[in-house]
Amino acid sequence: MKRQIPLALVILFGWLMLALYFIPLEGAQKINENLLDWTAIIGIFALALGIWSLISVNVDKIQYKKRDWPYSIVTLFGLFAMIVFGLKFGGADSMFQGQESYMFRHFFDDILIPIFSTMFSLLAFFIASAAYRAFRARSALATILLVGAIIVMIRFFPFIAEYTRPVADWIINVPNLAAKRAIWMGVGLGIVATGLKVILGIERSYLGRD
Amino acid sequence: MNRKVLIPIASIIVFIGFVLLKLDWDGADRTHELWEALEVTAGGFLTLMIFSFLYKDNAFYKFAEHLYVGISAAYWMCVGFWSNLAQQAIPHLSQSLSEALGQPFLGYIWHYWIPVALGLILLTRLLPESMKIGWISKWTLAFIVASTAGLFITANLQANFIAQIASTMSLPLLPDWTGFGDFLSNFDLSYEGQFVKMFSNWVIIIGVISGLVYFFFSKEHTGWFGRVSRLGIWVLMVTFGAAFGYTVMGRVSLLVGRLTFLFRDWAGVIG
Repeated sequence: MKRQIPLALVILFGWLMLALYFIPLEGAQKINENLLDWTAIIGIFALALGIWSLISVNVDKIQYKKRDWPYSIVTLFGLFAMIVFGLKFGGADSMFQGQESYMFRHFFDDILIPIFSTMFSLLAFFIASAAYRAFRARSALATILLVGAIIVMIRFFPFIAEYTRPVADWIINVPNLAAKRAIWMGVGLGIVATGLKVILGIERSYLGRD
Repeated sequence: MNRKVLIPIASIIVFIGFVLLKLDWDGADRTHELWEALEVTAGGFLTLMIFSFLYKDNAFYKFAEHLYVGISAAYWMCVGFWSNLAQQAIPHLSQSLSEALGQPFLGYIWHYWIPVALGLILLTRLLPESMKIGWISKWTLAFIVASTAGLFITANLQANFIAQIASTMSLPLLPDWTGFGDFLSNFDLSYEGQFVKMFSNWVIIIGVISGLVYFFFSKEHTGWFGRVSRLGIWVLMVTFGAAFGYTVMGRVSLLVGRLTFLFRDWAGVIG
């Protein structure tokens, strides 16, 4: 029961989704859309599961005063503050207007976005040291990598953009496209093979051990 | 006083000081001005807290990092709740609940109970292990795995496989060809010229084939197969170089954005 029912569900819905794509009837497309809606709705419950996990891990850290436990208070504060501001009640004059709330939007704009973009901008410093190691032109292949990267990087320099841009555009639109197509084809085939293994019941790692 | 207490108190005092400095004391709407000063100062402080990681991992960075985790988790939860549950499921399930959430009731459709039931089944993982019922959450997992696999097979086969082959194989090897005489008399090295178009198409076709050969591991890469594979890795290296260059430029652009925010919007030292 623990393994047979999930396996039967995978085979049933997997083949159904696959078959619906090839049935050119309005009803089939409607079923397909409904199944996609179902997946999105279930996703919210999965998110709730994740939120619960985050809360329990942080409460546990605070309760047993584990390493860096005061920061767990910060996490829980941010979590609950954002959830409260994301609620909707109290009519049109209330400060709780769901996603339209003033505080909800400003927590996003003034806390989430600055932290997110600064974290990613930090990578500019780390990528510089990585570039030094990667770009030491010790072989022909490293030289190709170096030249490709430099041409793409300097294409926005205002004083030489006129000369570098056509070459950079050609690199991006021609050899870069060719290799990406080869990669996409490989990835596409890999995903199809994995998907088929799942809906044929060969791949069962998602069922766990018990 | 203990450093662990002193540092947060000093940080709060400095933060308040910066908010007061940023405040426009002549402004007509004091509440609005205060909120604006708070927002910009919070953004500035959080930016500096993250940048402090360049020195070493420290308390300020950890504070911003943990705040980010909490807020982003709740943000996606709220967005998901309002856009999926409140706008897709509930308007088809309950009129009173739809009205309570401020959503129009779209008519009762019974099958929307199925994803809700599957969602609730997923939450059985939270029940104590002694109840021995958590295993039914795999039914929901099975549905998600199946629908994703079924959907991805066709989507990837079309977008990543058939479409890429079609785009490559439909490239003309001799574009706009009207004869060798015309080709020589109109010879042009510009990006839109016939020679560059023709050369580019050949490079794409040979690049795709050699790239695929490089990823084909069922035959040993020796002889002519090895030489084509070697060409494939050269083409791949150009792509990796371009991707690296793009990533560097993207990060530098973000860095410029943050520095502009710090020096223009917050500190006001540049115009």
